[in-house]
Amino acid sequence: MQFGIMSVSDITRDPVTGYTPSEAERIDAIRQIAVKAEEVGLDVFAIGEHHNPPFFSSSPTTLLAHIGALTERLILTTSTTLITTNDPVRIAEEYAMLQHLTKGRMDLMLGRGNTAPVYPWFGQDIRQGLPLALENYNLLHRLWREDVVDWEGNFRGPLQGFTSTPRPLDDVPPFVWHGSIRTPEIAEQAAYYGNGYFANNIFWPKEHYKRLIDFYRRRFEAHGHGAQKEAIVGLGGQAFIAKSSQDARDQFRPYFNEAPVYGNGPRMEDFEEMTPLSVGSPQEVIDKTLTFREAFGDYQRQLFLVDHAGLPLNVVLEQLELLGGEVVPVLRKELDAKREPGTAEAPTHAALVKAKYGDAEPRQPRPNANRGDNVTGGSPYQDSESSVAAYPSM
Amino acid sequence: MTTPVTPETYRLVVVSAGVSDPSSTRLLADRATQRAVAILESRGHTVTVTAIDLRELLPELPQALSSQLMGPRFTKAIEHLQAADGIIAAAPVYKAAASGLFSSFFQVLDNDLLIGKPVILAATAGTARHALVVDEEMRSLFAYLRALPVPTGLFASTEDWTDKALGTRIDRAATELAILVESGFARKVRDDSWARYQHTYGSAGGTELDIDLDSDMMRLATGGSLRDAAADPFDLRDS
Repeated sequence: MQFGIMSVSDITRDPVTGYTPSEAERIDAIRQIAVKAEEVGLDVFAIGEHHNPPFFSSSPTTLLAHIGALTERLILTTSTTLITTNDPVRIAEEYAMLQHLTKGRMDLMLGRGNTAPVYPWFGQDIRQGLPLALENYNLLHRLWREDVVDWEGNFRGPLQGFTSTPRPLDDVPPFVWHGSIRTPEIAEQAAYYGNGYFANNIFWPKEHYKRLIDFYRRRFEAHGHGAQKEAIVGLGGQAFIAKSSQDARDQFRPYFNEAPVYGNGPRMEDFEEMTPLSVGSPQEVIDKTLTFREAFGDYQRQLFLVDHAGLPLNVVLEQLELLGGEVVPVLRKELDAKREPGTAEAPTHAALVKAKYGDAEPRQPRPNANRGDNVTGGSPYQDSESSVAAYPSM
Repeated sequence: MTTPVTPETYRLVVVSAGVSDPSSTRLLADRATQRAVAILESRGHTVTVTAIDLRELLPELPQALSSQLMGPRFTKAIEHLQAADGIIAAAPVYKAAASGLFSSFFQVLDNDLLIGKPVILAATAGTARHALVVDEEMRSLFAYLRALPVPTGLFASTEDWTDKALGTRIDRAATELAILVESGFARKVRDDSWARYQHTYGSAGGTELDIDLDSDMMRLATGGSLRDAAADPFDLRDS
């Protein structure tokens, strides 16, 4: 089981002080937040992707590569990478590069993005959001698994003899989570490929998420990847922790009341009652988080949203101390004790390498000499069979 | 009406957006409901009535509007509407429109919650100048929801409460509702044509949970393609 944090990358005015951080300040803060996450013993750091103010994270792989250089253990991922407005070819290239630089300490979560105006900025149309997401992933999947891809689809130009470089580290593609909270097709795609399924678990009652998670588990089994309990499930969640529940409520309430998305709507207590949000002492947060397993079954990754709604950096860092120091150690112990035998391990590069090669050496693709193109002469790599005859040069 | 073949149990749901107590809006809704119940019972049916006073849902309205997060009362109200065979929906008119509470409530419901369900539309106002709100505004809202408002809309301004003609119109609307309820129209639409309406996963008040695995999108989700090579006369791959 992996525990971590996910950031939306919002730059929000602090409703208590009235201070809005600059982009520079917030970007510097996120580096400190990620480093702190590792320091307090968390396993995962996830960053969102947005292309409009008030968000800063337009370029997740740049940020994650930087954090990779500042950390030793932390798994770096996204929440989410836009599979709709990004060209899947660029996703294949950028995230394979990130995978190399972090020595496999990364994966990624794919999402559609629901901000309509963003789509045309990248030449797309939100009305085609679902087929775009599905088709783009189908291509991405192949780009990381086949050295040479011929492909034709509806949403980007055809590819002839295309090789996405660099090939994935150890020729093992990055692990992929498909994030969705209302679309059965996305859950089906995750199940079909045996990938992970992630529910943000933030805005609605857990019954809402349970339906699609259960569907994903059934389809994971139907597609032959293993039993339902072996499916790989990740969950979001939201917590604000203080030594006492009254302190937590007092401190968090002004941020809750003006939070983007649900602010100025429900009362905090009602929202806590109805959604996975927990605001309270470490024990209260532990208790609430343990209910996730009861609702959704054993799962592999838990990410908390902690740095949003204008919470200042010092408070976020305190939250991480409490999360890593008092909450997560107990959750690890309790969830390990309750874990049903035979459920999947949380995905890591090492485990994927092991699964693919056993004790054998992983493949290390070495390109053939530059031929000036990517098309002639069969395989671009020395170790693979050519499907097209390669003629000896003079 | 003729004697029914088989006695049925019907569920009527009253939605009232009146905010005073007693409320003339609620009163109008109740009169229509009582007539509809009497008519259905006279034909041998059993009728249960549930009243939803939208005023009681007010505390949950902000979250429903801002985050589609339905509180416990909203959820209960939606369950009742989902199961309703007929609906009596009544609003006070404010500023030449059905009240914001009334409109907001129906705006946050799933688009497919009320498909085919017979509805009596009723409104009250302080002046007869609002008389067309029922037919010009409320009716279009229910048309959007693909509900089935009865032909007679009910409107009562101050002077109508002493006018016998209001009683006649209530009788008319209640009879129309009873006939439509008894016809089983909504149930038949659900049985025979439900798939032809747009649904999203979990819509229709959380009841729309069937997943069609045999669709273009599901084929695309499982590695298929939307492209039909055969559709391109110059593409020789499939010939």
